[in-house]
Amino acid sequence: MRHIIALLLENEPGALSRVAGLFSARGYNIESLSVAPTEDPSVSRMTITTTGSEAILEQITKQLNKLVDVVKLLELTEGAHVERAMMLIKVRATGAGREEIKRLSDIFRGRIVDVTNSTYIIEVTGTDDKLDAFITAIDRKLIMEVVRSGAIGVGRGEKALRV
Amino acid sequence: MELSGAQIIMQFLEDEGVEFIFGYPGGAVLHIYDEIYRRDKIKHILVRHEQGATHMADGYARATGKPGVVLVTSGPGATNAVTGIATAHMDSIPMVVLTGQVPTPAIGSDAFQEVDCIGITRPCVKHNFLVKDVHDLASTLKKAFYVASSGRPGPVVVDIPKDVTLPDVKIPYEYPANITMRSYNPVSRGHTGQMKKALDLILSAKRPMVYTGGGVILDGASEELREFTRILGFPITNTLMGLGAYPGTDEQFVGMLGMHGTYEANMAMHNCDVLIGIGARFDDRVVGDVKQFCPGAKIVHIDIDPSSISKTVKVDVPIVGPVKSVLRDMIAMLKETNSRPDADSLAAWWRQVREWQSIDCLHYEWSDERIKPQYVVQKLYEATGGDAFVTSDVGQHQMWAAQFYPFDKPNRWINSGGLGTMGFGLPAAMGVQFAFPEAQVACVTGEGSIVMCIQELSTAKQYNLPIKVINLNNGYLGMVRQWQEFIYEKRESHSYLDSLPDFAKLAESFGHVGMRIDKPSDVDSALKEAFAMKDRLVFMDFVTDPSENVFPMMMAGKGQTDMLLPAFCKERELA
Ligand SMILES: Cc1cc2nc3c(=O)[nH]c(=O)nc-3n(C[C@H](O)[C@H](O)[C@H](O)COP(=O)(O)OP(=O)(O)OC[C@H]3O[C@@H](n4cnc5c(N)ncnc54)[C@H](O)[C@@H]3O)c2cc1C
Ligand SMILES: Cc1ncc(C[n+]2csc(CCOP(=O)(O)OP(=O)(O)O)c2C)c(N)n1
Ligand SMILES: [Mg+2]
Repeated sequence: MRHIIALLLENEPGALSRVAGLFSARGYNIESLSVAPTEDPSVSRMTITTTGSEAILEQITKQLNKLVDVVKLLELTEGAHVERAMMLIKVRATGAGREEIKRLSDIFRGRIVDVTNSTYIIEVTGTDDKLDAFITAIDRKLIMEVVRSGAIGVGRGEKALRV
Repeated sequence: MELSGAQIIMQFLEDEGVEFIFGYPGGAVLHIYDEIYRRDKIKHILVRHEQGATHMADGYARATGKPGVVLVTSGPGATNAVTGIATAHMDSIPMVVLTGQVPTPAIGSDAFQEVDCIGITRPCVKHNFLVKDVHDLASTLKKAFYVASSGRPGPVVVDIPKDVTLPDVKIPYEYPANITMRSYNPVSRGHTGQMKKALDLILSAKRPMVYTGGGVILDGASEELREFTRILGFPITNTLMGLGAYPGTDEQFVGMLGMHGTYEANMAMHNCDVLIGIGARFDDRVVGDVKQFCPGAKIVHIDIDPSSISKTVKVDVPIVGPVKSVLRDMIAMLKETNSRPDADSLAAWWRQVREWQSIDCLHYEWSDERIKPQYVVQKLYEATGGDAFVTSDVGQHQMWAAQFYPFDKPNRWINSGGLGTMGFGLPAAMGVQFAFPEAQVACVTGEGSIVMCIQELSTAKQYNLPIKVINLNNGYLGMVRQWQEFIYEKRESHSYLDSLPDFAKLAESFGHVGMRIDKPSDVDSALKEAFAMKDRLVFMDFVTDPSENVFPMMMAGKGQTDMLLPAFCKERELA
């Protein structure tokens, strides 16, 4: 099972390595991790995508909560939530292929953000599934580079994860 | 008050009520040592190796319940301390370790004696701090003591760059009496609903079992445990870390459980219908194969650390909270209700437990020629009136000490259970003796373990610590040899210790009394003689039977009832 965990971390040096170290020391998977400051300068928000059974997920959340630098934690996949990741993908775009790629990008609501004679850089946002689907849709041979941000997410409705 | 960083550290430690610093100087901490030189309120103990310092602080903490304090220099000072920090971490012992660091501008430049202390210790501390600004020093130290000693205790490292302790940079200081940390709030009470659920289950039990661990000792909850267990009349077992929390000589106590636990404790665990786990963490040396663990039991688990709950064994009724307050609440609930577990079922259960006890699983064969290690421990118990602090190292001797010295009081049995650190025993005994100068302190050790921190005999001389070292010298890394005998068809690969020193003479060279005892008939008198020397460290080198094994033995990864027993009991068990 795939799970997304959102964390508020004290903005202390070394906080990130405590989380990363916990995952490697205990053999938990990290599929992706994204972290950045928030409007509150004292915390940063981290989103971790992981996989594992319910029992493993339970240990992951308990162990994360135990870290002194973790202020709050929420498992987003437990409830309704909005989830986004971003991808920049550089593709070879020549001849008739240029139009074809443009069309595909439109279907995925992508934006072409850089153009040369022979390449495009396309920006796509969405769930990880959608980004996967876009990669699958494009001819493998044309893909030059893929950069993905890792998912971020927020729970729907009134409840908010904040200090 | 305007103080320098070094002065703040020492003033803070005094204000915090610290009695001892176990330390060793070096470049990065010399400003602090210069301040120590000017003060005399706190006693600084000069060790001979930083590992010794950490184990001493640890022993002090285990005996007193107060955090032990260590001061070491950067680089090798810090790395030498790591084994002791990890030892304390595995057993949840409160400790504050101050490590020197190179000056902040030099950090990251591969400066002389620089190591990434925060990085190295991160996986084996409860938390660690790097103090980059002298203004943060006092509050960080307060946080370190608070985190180390609250909730599930543990070691905290504070890494202090040399420029933060400069003598001529002075700032105002005030003792931070209180500190709040929004990201750290240990639970202080159990959940009433969960406690009620647990009580219903407990009162419905027909074959109940109480299984308690180090958490009871860490929380000072022995009184509550006694009352709770006595009201219910249930059989009780303790882990290696929990010995002494319930009186070892009491009728309801069925001995330690686990790999080298008693037959009756393990059988009762396996056959119980309600298991009440209290401040114990379902360690693999207790559980064996998770799939075969307590197959018919509903499990209640009281623990302050949510991550201890259902980590290895899934439990039915978790109660997150401190043992002491949860037991108090549950005792009150028990007193309010007239309902008690079914008396007939309980009596039948006890008959079964007594039957298991009757095989006498700790039986060993007497010999007139060779000293049996178990016998030495039994005589030690008599010589000390059962009232000593006993530390141990790691190996067979550790198990025999645990099996043959019943502890009636908590904080008396001091050993490295989780990490199993050879070299722990002697310095830990010293930490205990510093805390209780008048008490009888014995270190039960083996010839393999004792040499791992033997240098501390020098410290013991400097501070006149009258410890009794009980060296059960079997000439082998006995525990390793035992596994090789049972699991590797007796191939004794590197478990024989050749070229051992003459321990009595070695002790004498450090200025202590040395004794070598090789006849069973001399054991008793030698112990009495040694304990009569109240102001001397006596190193007693007992030449013991090298072929002796620790029984019972639950094979690692097997079921709880899969125990190797001495030949004598095997017959009885079959009969
Ligand atoms: C050679 C060797 C052989 C061994 N053989 C055995 C054996 O036969 N049997 C055995 O039992 N062990 C044995 N051990 C020890 C074993 O490795 C573990 O260290 C031990 O079983 C753990 O004990 P514990 O469960 O009491 O946990 P501890 O490590 O003492 O943990 C304490 C638990 O209590 C909790 N706690 C702490 N404070 C509180 C509080 N205030 N309130 C509530 N909960 C709290 C903690 O969160 C934790 O879960 C052996 C070790 C060695 C080296
Ligand atoms: C530092 C360290 N290294 C290795 C081990 C593995 N080990 C466990 S018990 C043991 C043998 C201990 O020998 P000794 O101290 O003579 O005790 P005995 O078993 O003979 O009583 C060893 C090597 C350990 N626990 N700690
Ligand atoms: Mg030995």
